[in-house]
Amino acid sequence: MTVTAPFVLVEGVAKSWNGQLGVEGVSLSIPRGAFVALLGPSGCGKSTTLRLLSGLELPDAGRISIDGRDVTTAAPSERNLSMVFQSYALFPHLSVAENVVFGLKVRRVPRAERAEKLRRALEITGLLGYEARKPGELSGGQRQRVALARAIVAGQPLCLMDEPLSNLDAKLRASVRKDIKKLQVDLGITVVYVTHDQTEAMSMADMVVLMKDGHIQQTGAPEDLYYRPANTFVAEFVGAPPMALIDAAVLPGFGRAERIGLRAENVVLADPGQGRLTCRVSECEFLGSETFIGLSHPAATGLTVSLPGLRHIPAGQELEIGFRDEDLHFFDAEGRRIGSTENADAE
Amino acid sequence: MAHHVNLERRRQAIYGWILLSPAAILLTTFAFYPSLATFWASLMSRGTRRKPPEFVGGRNYSDLFADPTFWVVVKNNLIYAGATIPISISIALAMALWANSKIPARGFVRTAYFTPTVLPMIAAANLWLFFYTPGLGVLDQIGSLFGLPSVNWLGQPETALWAIIIVTIWKEAGFFMIFYLAALQTIPEDLKEAADIEGASRWTYTRRIVLPLLMPTTLFIVVNALINSVKLIDHLFILTKGGPNDASKLILYYIWEMAFAFFDAPQAAAMTILVLAVLGIVAAIKFTYLDKRTHYQ
Repeated sequence: MTVTAPFVLVEGVAKSWNGQLGVEGVSLSIPRGAFVALLGPSGCGKSTTLRLLSGLELPDAGRISIDGRDVTTAAPSERNLSMVFQSYALFPHLSVAENVVFGLKVRRVPRAERAEKLRRALEITGLLGYEARKPGELSGGQRQRVALARAIVAGQPLCLMDEPLSNLDAKLRASVRKDIKKLQVDLGITVVYVTHDQTEAMSMADMVVLMKDGHIQQTGAPEDLYYRPANTFVAEFVGAPPMALIDAAVLPGFGRAERIGLRAENVVLADPGQGRLTCRVSECEFLGSETFIGLSHPAATGLTVSLPGLRHIPAGQELEIGFRDEDLHFFDAEGRRIGSTENADAE
Repeated sequence: MAHHVNLERRRQAIYGWILLSPAAILLTTFAFYPSLATFWASLMSRGTRRKPPEFVGGRNYSDLFADPTFWVVVKNNLIYAGATIPISISIALAMALWANSKIPARGFVRTAYFTPTVLPMIAAANLWLFFYTPGLGVLDQIGSLFGLPSVNWLGQPETALWAIIIVTIWKEAGFFMIFYLAALQTIPEDLKEAADIEGASRWTYTRRIVLPLLMPTTLFIVVNALINSVKLIDHLFILTKGGPNDASKLILYYIWEMAFAFFDAPQAAAMTILVLAVLGIVAAIKFTYLDKRTHYQ
């Protein structure tokens, strides 16, 4: 995105507890003003990475620098960042206003400036009029906004968010998602956002970091992860439905590829005798504008075809499917992606 | 229709009274009736074999107020309460904060603090008798190492009450610590983390977050400590018997003496009623005023 020095730089960071691996070899370079999503299944180390960034945990190895300053062992408060917790971590006995200005008071910001910043933060988060309420008197969505207000009130350039939407219902989540994205753009802050929900990551982030078992699997723009998954884990994690993986043995002629990936939207139904694979229908999933037909094939996992509108095909029926070669993704025996040029050479 | 509603309402009322009755019967038999009987007894004269008790109105109370020992005992009890309550609560809080942090042998520390609570008061008093005994006692043994003169802690009016107070603090602090420890464990870890991110010092965090969140517990403990300052007198029987010269006599001990040593039941009843009245006022303040100002989660 930019050619200037990265705002947040993480180099080879590792952390483990009593021999239990947290993260290992995590390296990240985050430009100023970026929205970065740390994505992965639970236990993959995304929250640990965030806590290492925040300084709530210190790494066993590696270096972390923020805004050109080495903060590897610095206290959380010395890192000029704010954080939104999954549970919001609001102080239950303090009012909304007191919660929001807690940090300003600790840093001895003068009263007038404090009031002005409070008003602005509440205005941005739409909480004006709720100053005197206690967190217990607010709805889940409002509490979430108080946590946001507390994070932005001090104007810190970096904001860390640990699954901030996971306690909201699905409908609210979609609207708050837009609010947070807009907030980040308007304020020009850098956000590192932990989530296990790929929709959140894909829709909000400029850069997605997909993790598994304490290691980064792929870093890139959402479209990179979707169109050019680095390995079979990324391919199967990103996208709904996930990418189908087919044993190369049943589709010969693609060089040294062991597994071949295929997205549902690239699969078409073929006339009998014209298809490239013959499968059986295992289920139909109606989503309104389209219907996903799950297909089973002995040499493939997750094969799905997307058909427009409502379709109902009885389970067990045989179908033939077709697809174009340029829509295929190729992975080697270790599951790593083989570039199309590489593959062409092999042919 | 109205008939139906009425019937239903009556059914509900009967149901409610049935649910209420066990508590009502128990409380009436063992709390309300004895209190009223005591109040009644405090208005009667002390009966002898020839002269049956008769109604004397407030005379027992005026006798009590004219009794100089009564005022000594009241003063003693105020000092006793004024010292044991804040000191034992502060120590309990400090111990709880320490025992709740990540320290080695945390389980051992907690158990050690709690041990005095498990000991019966009589046993604890015997233990402390061994500490306080002049000449033989541990305190004097230690003092003599530094060439200090022997002190009869329990035998002189200036120190007797304070010796009693120290035993009570030693006994109560561990008990209150358990309540604080339980309350501290309900404070989510991430509040500390949120405060850390904002740069709050340990002291700021304790003062602005932990102490307010512990307020309900503190209130509960204060009320308990207050009641204990009236009712915890077992150790007096072992250590000083209220002496010397009434220097360590507390109200409940005096009531006991009045009733079972001097056999003046009406005076004892009058004093009991006064204690009940004071405790009742304290309870009323707690339930009306303080509860509104405290944050309950």
